[in-house]
Amino acid sequence: MSMINVKVVAIEQVTPLVKHFTFVKEDGSSLPAFSGGSHVVVSLDIGGRIHRNPYSLMGSPMENEAYHISVRKQENSRGGSVFMHENVTVGMPLKITYPVNLFSLAKKGRKHILIAGGIGITPFMSQIADLNRMNANYELHYAYRSPEHGAFAAQLKEKCGDHLHCYIDSQGQRLDLQALLNDQPLGTHVYVCGPNAMVLATLDTARNLGWPENHIHSEQFLSPPTGEPFKIQLARSNIEIQVSAEMSMLEAIEAAGVEADYLCRGGVCGRCELDVLETDGALEHNDHFLTDTEKASCKKIMPCVSRAKGERLVLDL
Amino acid sequence: MALNFKKETFREDYTYSNSGESIKRFPFPFPEDQYMYSVNIEPHTKGKPGSVCEFAFDIDEHYVAECLDKRITLEQDPGRYQALPHMMDAQWDFLELTMEALAQDYPEHFSLQKQGLIWTWENKPLGIKDTFTFGDTSTLATEPFDYIGRQLQGDFVLLDHRDETLYADAGIVTSQADWSLAFNVGMSWREWHGPVPRATELGVMDRALKYLLNLQLGSPVRRLNWTMTVNPRLDTSPENYPHWGSDRNTVNADNVADLVHLRVELQTLFRLPRSNAIVFSIRCYLISLKDIATYPRWAKRLHRVQKTMHPDLIEYKGMTKFHPLMVDWLAKFDDGEALTVGTHAE
Repeated sequence: MSMINVKVVAIEQVTPLVKHFTFVKEDGSSLPAFSGGSHVVVSLDIGGRIHRNPYSLMGSPMENEAYHISVRKQENSRGGSVFMHENVTVGMPLKITYPVNLFSLAKKGRKHILIAGGIGITPFMSQIADLNRMNANYELHYAYRSPEHGAFAAQLKEKCGDHLHCYIDSQGQRLDLQALLNDQPLGTHVYVCGPNAMVLATLDTARNLGWPENHIHSEQFLSPPTGEPFKIQLARSNIEIQVSAEMSMLEAIEAAGVEADYLCRGGVCGRCELDVLETDGALEHNDHFLTDTEKASCKKIMPCVSRAKGERLVLDL
Repeated sequence: MALNFKKETFREDYTYSNSGESIKRFPFPFPEDQYMYSVNIEPHTKGKPGSVCEFAFDIDEHYVAECLDKRITLEQDPGRYQALPHMMDAQWDFLELTMEALAQDYPEHFSLQKQGLIWTWENKPLGIKDTFTFGDTSTLATEPFDYIGRQLQGDFVLLDHRDETLYADAGIVTSQADWSLAFNVGMSWREWHGPVPRATELGVMDRALKYLLNLQLGSPVRRLNWTMTVNPRLDTSPENYPHWGSDRNTVNADNVADLVHLRVELQTLFRLPRSNAIVFSIRCYLISLKDIATYPRWAKRLHRVQKTMHPDLIEYKGMTKFHPLMVDWLAKFDDGEALTVGTHAE
C-alpha cells in the first residue's frame, strides 16, 4: 500500500478530550488534494506493535500544504488515541495512507442535511468547504455535551453562518430528528456521524419516514473490540497465529509478517474481507460491510474488527 | 529521448504502420494458449523502460496522427464528447493528473509551469501554448476535460462514484471498439456491462466493481482487453458503422494478414482527488497479423487462442466473417511447440 511520510507541525488541545494535529509532507512537497468526507489511516509504532487508526481530514480539500485531523482520547483505548494524545509531539515523523473517501457528498443532491454528534463533526469540516464552494443548499446540525466540548462551534459559525444549528446537551437542547427529517424537499440527502445511538436513531427515523436508502449516508468507524484470545490458521501461508485479547485479527496477521489487504480498518470498506475455509464455532462479526445473510453463512469475515470464539478457524490467506 | 512522430492516417487510405520499435513494444495480451474472461487487473506501476507501461499515460510515434484523427471525429460528431454538469471537479482533476504526468515523463515535448493557480501549458508536438487559471472554466476556450482530452491518445471516461456503483457521467470517446458514449452516458456499471456474454454469469463484473469501488488515490490499476479490427481504424463506433462494418466482407485469403489487426486496449483506472471520481482510460494499440508474425512466438500463441475461441466471443467481438481465414493464415506459423506462460515476443 502506498504511504505518505508526514511530520507533525502543530498540536492543539481544543477540548478537554480532543487534540488537533497538523501534518505536512516530510519532504516539503504538497500533499494530494482530496474530497470532502475523506479520511487517512495513521500508522503508529507503539512499542514495536503497529497500530493503524483512521481519522477524518478536517481542512479544506483545496488546501494541499497541510492535513488536519482531530483525535478524541478514548476511554477504553487500545492504545492508539492515548498514544496520539500523550506521545506524539511536534516534529515527529508519521506514516499515513493516501486519503480515502467512504463518506462522500452526493453531488446530485439538491439539499444536504448534515448531523454531527461530538467528535463526529470531523468529516463534515471538509464537506462544508466543498458545500460552500459549490454554493449548495445545506444545514449542519451539531450536537455536543456541554459548551467546553463544542470547541469547533465558533469556527463553524464563521464558516457556515445561518446553515449551523447547535444543540448543547447540558443546556437541555435536543435535536428533534423526527421534526427535522419529516419536512424536507425531494432530492434531500442526510448524512450522520457521531455516537452509535445517534447514528442508529437517524437511520431509523429516515427509513421510517420513507427516505430512499441511497439518500441516507452514515460513517461510523469501529475500533476493533477486545475479546477472548483465539487461534487462526492461514491456509496458503501455512501458519498458525494466536490472536491475543487486545489485538485484532488483522493486526495479528500483520504482526506474523503476512501481507493482508486493508483500507479503512474500521469494518466499513470491505477491502480486508477473507474467505473462511473451516470453522467450528461462532464468528463474532462486528463489521458494517457484510450482509446479515453473509454473516450467517460463516463463509466470509472482516479481520479488521471481527473475532472468533471456537477452537478452529481456517482462512484463505 | 525525443519521439519521431509519424504522418499517417487511420481512415480512407489507411497509411498507418508500426515501426520495428513499435512492434517490439506492442502490448500482446495472451499469456496462455486459451483465452477466457477474467478480472486481470494489476497495479499500474512503472513498467520496463520503453514499454507501454513505463509511464502513467503512454505517448508513442502515432501521437500526432492520432490527435488529428480524434479532431476529425469530434468535428464530424461533437456528441463524442459529453460531460454532465456535476462532473466539473472531475474535469479539473483529470486535467491536473494528465498535464502533470506528461510534463514529468516527456519533458522534451510537454511542459507545465505553475504560479499558484495560474498555469501555463505547452504542448510542442501539437503547437499549443496556453495560460489559464486552474478551476476557472472561463479561462479556457473549451471545458477542461475537452481541452486536454484532445491532446492525449486514447479514450477517457470519467466515472462518478455514488450509490455503491459507478456512473459513466463524462467521456471523450473517438477510438472505441463498437460501443457508444452517447448511448452509455449516465449509465451505471451493471447497465453498461449488460451485453458482455459469459462474464455476468461468472460474477466477473460484480467482483471487478467491488474492487474498483475501493480504488485508491495514488494506486492506479490496469488491465488489457482486445478485439480484432479490419483495417487500422480508430473510429469503429456504432455511429459510423456504415463506414467500417462492411470492411469485414473485403477480407480474403490473400489480404487477411494486411487487413486484419489485433486491437489491444490498455485500460487504466485512476482515482481522482477532489471529485472522488475515477478516470477510465482506454488506450488503443493496433498491429496487423503480418507484423505480429515477425515474432513466431506471438503468431503461434495467437493461432492457438483464436482456434479455441468460444463461438459466443467470436460473435461478440465481430470476428465471424473473417475468423476462419485468420486461423488458416496463422496455422502455417504453428509447429505445435509448447510455449511457456507469458506475453513476451521472444
